[in-house]
Amino acid sequence: MKKSKISEWENRIFSPEMKMAELIDLNYRLLTVLSRTGIGLGFGESSVAEACRANGMDVNTFILICTMYSLPEYVPDRKILSDADPAAIVEYLHNSHSFYIRYGFMKLDKSMKSLVGPCPEHQKKVILKFLSDYRQEVEKHFEYEETTLFPYVRAMIDGSDGGTYTISEFREHHDNIEEKLEDLKNLIMKYLPESCSGETAGMVLLDLFSLAEDLNIHTAIENNVLVPVMSMMENKRKARI
Amino acid sequence: MKVLLIMPSKVMAKGMEGILNDLGEFSVEGCLSELSMHGELMFKNIRADIIILDPVIFGHSSRLSVKQYFSRFTDAALVAFPSYCLEEDSMEQYDSVINVYDSPASIVRKLRKALKSTAATPHQDGKELTSREKEILVCVAKGMLNKEIADKFNISIHTVITHRKNISGKTGIKSIAGLTVYALLNNLLDPESVE
Repeated sequence: MKKSKISEWENRIFSPEMKMAELIDLNYRLLTVLSRTGIGLGFGESSVAEACRANGMDVNTFILICTMYSLPEYVPDRKILSDADPAAIVEYLHNSHSFYIRYGFMKLDKSMKSLVGPCPEHQKKVILKFLSDYRQEVEKHFEYEETTLFPYVRAMIDGSDGGTYTISEFREHHDNIEEKLEDLKNLIMKYLPESCSGETAGMVLLDLFSLAEDLNIHTAIENNVLVPVMSMMENKRKARI
Repeated sequence: MKVLLIMPSKVMAKGMEGILNDLGEFSVEGCLSELSMHGELMFKNIRADIIILDPVIFGHSSRLSVKQYFSRFTDAALVAFPSYCLEEDSMEQYDSVINVYDSPASIVRKLRKALKSTAATPHQDGKELTSREKEILVCVAKGMLNKEIADKFNISIHTVITHRKNISGKTGIKSIAGLTVYALLNNLLDPESVE
């Protein structure tokens, strides 16, 4: 079927020519993306393309990631994907992992501890155990990607055949880490004893919602960007042999 | 996911088919312009997961229950895509309502939600857990397997699974670890029993 002009244009909310400051103004949550791509603040009047170039970031990939964060349910088409740089995608995912571990979960841990402080001892214990079990699970999940998936992608970029591993193996292996965070959201929002709820609970929930949203987009980038980009690369490689 | 369209307007049917085909997640398996004997056969053959229909097919005067009508042939999710302004109370008969101005993304969101709502709450829509659900929740929290729970209450595994779906649907909590926390926060469980 012929692709319509409308659908080609409807997801273009950012362009390389616009100013970086305008991009952040359109969606301030992209500040987290900035910090993970190595583009610092103080970009003055630079355009998105200029700021990316100055920091060694591929501009198409940058815009793709920003669009993923700004349009929920956005699924990029082949044309957009073939313009993206797999090395930049992996670098971004890797930086996100360390952001979650060093900052996201650290913060959540701290605020959860103060939140359940007034709860009865046995309830406090079970909530904190739920959180620490979950953190371990997430760290294991990240570790698999760091030690198996990312090295594979980097090897493929360098032109090696990547061994016996393929991206479809990752797709099957890729379990859902957002589910328990959803559970935690509901537990705090709906079932926390009255003695615990208050202003802190609202703040913790805000953190939880934004962390869950961030992780959802992170997973979407893996499934809807990295996986198709790599299977395109695998197919091209196969065709050459 | 298989979709069946029932709407007299070709413009609406073609438009919906085009949007769903572009996205790929839902495929339109058939399109009827009206309800008829021929159509009833099609329901059975297609086994659609979702039926998207223009309520105009029932006529404005008929007060027929949409759910009841379709439940004879299918347990598909029912989604309205009205060509006219639908009254508030007739909207409640559907799992979701699509507006002609909805974007493709929100149509997909509504279809997914409609699917989920039919899967999660097949027979009941109570809000609090029933006492049987609480009993089963406690077993799940203690780490019992579906088979063990079925034996204990002398019910089928299928029934246990339905109960568990309903528990997760009502509480919004899916993981066993989360359900354990829920049980403890609601004092359904003795803290000593889950060490």
